[in-house]
Amino acid sequence: MFDGREPIYLQIADQIRTEILNGALGEEEQVMSTTQYATTYRINPATAAKAFSELVDEGTLYKRRGVGMFVSPGARELLLADRRERFFAEVVQPVIDEARMLDIPIDEVVARLRVAAAGRGTDVGAAQSPPKEDA
Amino acid sequence: MSFGVEVRDLVVRYGQTTALDRVSVTLPSGSITGLIGRNGSGKTSLLSALAAFRKADAGTVLVDGEDPWENDRVLAGVCLVRESGDVLTDWSLRDNLRYAEQSREHFSPELASRLMDVFELPAKRKPAQLSRGKKSAFGVVIGLAARADLTLLDEVHLGMDAPSRYAFSDALLADYVEHPRTIVISSHLIEEMQRLVERVVVLHEGQVLLAEETDVLRGRGTSVTGPADAVERFTSGRTVIGRQTLGRAAQATVYGAVDGTDRAAARGLGLDLGPVDLQDLFVHLTGPTGLAVTQEVQR
Repeated sequence: MFDGREPIYLQIADQIRTEILNGALGEEEQVMSTTQYATTYRINPATAAKAFSELVDEGTLYKRRGVGMFVSPGARELLLADRRERFFAEVVQPVIDEARMLDIPIDEVVARLRVAAAGRGTDVGAAQSPPKEDA
Repeated sequence: MSFGVEVRDLVVRYGQTTALDRVSVTLPSGSITGLIGRNGSGKTSLLSALAAFRKADAGTVLVDGEDPWENDRVLAGVCLVRESGDVLTDWSLRDNLRYAEQSREHFSPELASRLMDVFELPAKRKPAQLSRGKKSAFGVVIGLAARADLTLLDEVHLGMDAPSRYAFSDALLADYVEHPRTIVISSHLIEEMQRLVERVVVLHEGQVLLAEETDVLRGRGTSVTGPADAVERFTSGRTVIGRQTLGRAAQATVYGAVDGTDRAAARGLGLDLGPVDLQDLFVHLTGPTGLAVTQEVQR
């Protein structure tokens, strides 16, 4: 966990967003404290704190003074909208680029997607609201 | 309590050799900093100056706002553990701990005894009878249990096996969140401490090559792979810290931020951009080929 070029605090924030999206963290549920997070994942507490403050700023989490951080009501809907937007830019667009480079007509890509979706019915829905199990 | 550190234009010389050449560095109170550098880059000299084991030949060292030299108040709050151990070699580990407990105001015997168990250290033995890894571990026990306002751990990873290193990370973080203090860990290996440290200071040939938040530094290196001419076009005007050519293909390592526009440009040129891990980045920056770009990075 926490590899690659992405700053660790962004990876932590993304991990928590994913937990909210896949239902592991429910709305109004308390999230781990910065110190719990730091000791559990062996990371600097300041790094964890940065991730939490980003999530508070964007409205995904909110702070209850003296108690801790909680998932905001409506957080999942907001995150879903954002992820769906990014799905087309980050997942679909590279497929189009790659298909173009390989001279694969877009119609053929669409046809394949239809066949695959028909064969394993839930996968298209999965792309929109990813219920993928956490690694 | 924890001590902040302010070092300005520090010079330390050993005879003809200049170990530190106008080093300036700020360590925020309560932060964990990684001091990274190759052998002989000046890490131990810097830590020794902070702990007043060495007098500055020029420049200013301020620990908690005061010069630590012959300053009892400040030095009572500073604990330096060097690779050599800084322990009484003829005394058993148990006696060493007793001595530390008497001489250090915030020393925690409970933490010390817990860490002795974690690192499986034999209390009756003397430091000289320990393996290198166990000696390092004992240094960590003293360094952490002292709960000093400024804790300086110099190359304490040396010789420790992988489970001990993990145990060290766990112990340090667990105690740090309970008792925040200023901590500096020096090493030539950045890899395993990168998650532990909030900031990284890289020393090179007695000078500060860079001082940066670890998370920011992680994104600073990018590998560029593709047709040699395209790599050439993309990297021109950037800070290239490594280059390899394989026939008509080339790979360059560039230092600096790469944004969305850059990524799109690279894609257009048929180039692959990849991450560079911190250890590789450090090797590129401070290795024999990295010297030429030192000035450029500092700018």
